[in-house]
Amino acid sequence: MSDHGPSLWLYLIIYVILMALVGATVAAAFVNLGPFNILTAMVIASVKAVLVVLYFMHVRYEKGLAWLIALGSTVWLALLIVITLGDYLTRGWS
Amino acid sequence: MLTAPNIPHNTDEPQPAHQFDDVVQQRGAEVLGMWLFLVTEVMFFGGMFTAYVVYRWESPAAFAAGSRLLDEVQGTINTGVLLTSSLTMALAVMAAHQRNPKRLAWLLGLTMALGTVFLAIKFNEYHHKYVEHHVPIRGMFHWDGPDADRVQLFYGLYFAMTGVHAAHMIIGIGLMSILLALVLRGRLKPGSNAVEILGLYWHFVDIVWIFLFPLLYLIDRHV
Repeated sequence: MSDHGPSLWLYLIIYVILMALVGATVAAAFVNLGPFNILTAMVIASVKAVLVVLYFMHVRYEKGLAWLIALGSTVWLALLIVITLGDYLTRGWS
Repeated sequence: MLTAPNIPHNTDEPQPAHQFDDVVQQRGAEVLGMWLFLVTEVMFFGGMFTAYVVYRWESPAAFAAGSRLLDEVQGTINTGVLLTSSLTMALAVMAAHQRNPKRLAWLLGLTMALGTVFLAIKFNEYHHKYVEHHVPIRGMFHWDGPDADRVQLFYGLYFAMTGVHAAHMIIGIGLMSILLALVLRGRLKPGSNAVEILGLYWHFVDIVWIFLFPLLYLIDRHV
């Protein structure tokens, strides 16, 4: 594994995968998956984000602290959304 | 006052700033600094994403109606443009590491150009929204249909989230122009991590859009 990051080929492969996932997101949006539409969109978006973080942002090649920060920010955002929803979803009047 | 020990060194190699033991530690500190800033940015955008989640949960039909009148073609093109700019940025970082200033300059310029294309398309979309009376300002917004106030809220979130995102892109392009000027004048120190640090910022801006695009443009499109 290179010290500095991905090779040119790896960058291009990741890029092609990302563009394919954009196509998949748009295509899936026009198919009726019921409640799974939003889940599919978010899963695809998360996969794209993880690819960008790991390869374009080099986190795959970094030591543990970078991983901790990248994961930590995700956890904190999840807390914000989940706990806020915990309020709204349990109100019962709106 | 502490002074650095007088270690004999090869003057061709980049030297760490005086507060660091070596360049590896310096790069680690610089990368950590940008990552910590990006964490604050995650929470900054996160606040608006949370508002979106709550109000979409409360008014799904209104959000879907608003979303349907966003141009998914321009949105998709913009997503492709921004992803491509992330690729050119990553390649620019590679060029910087390989001490290739000519390739670095070209790739920085290309990234800036792609970013500018994104902004041009974005402002074109904003203009369409203005013409269609969907700008969520009192007296300017008009909607024939149910839940007009919630549709207005959707467009409020649309303009706020994409607007703040666009502001981040403008800042990124501005910083790139400074770096590009330094590179073209041969003033960027070899071994500098500036391109890599800016790259982290630009990739983050890309990731925000990766989530914005389906959440804003692709609600209930199958209906």
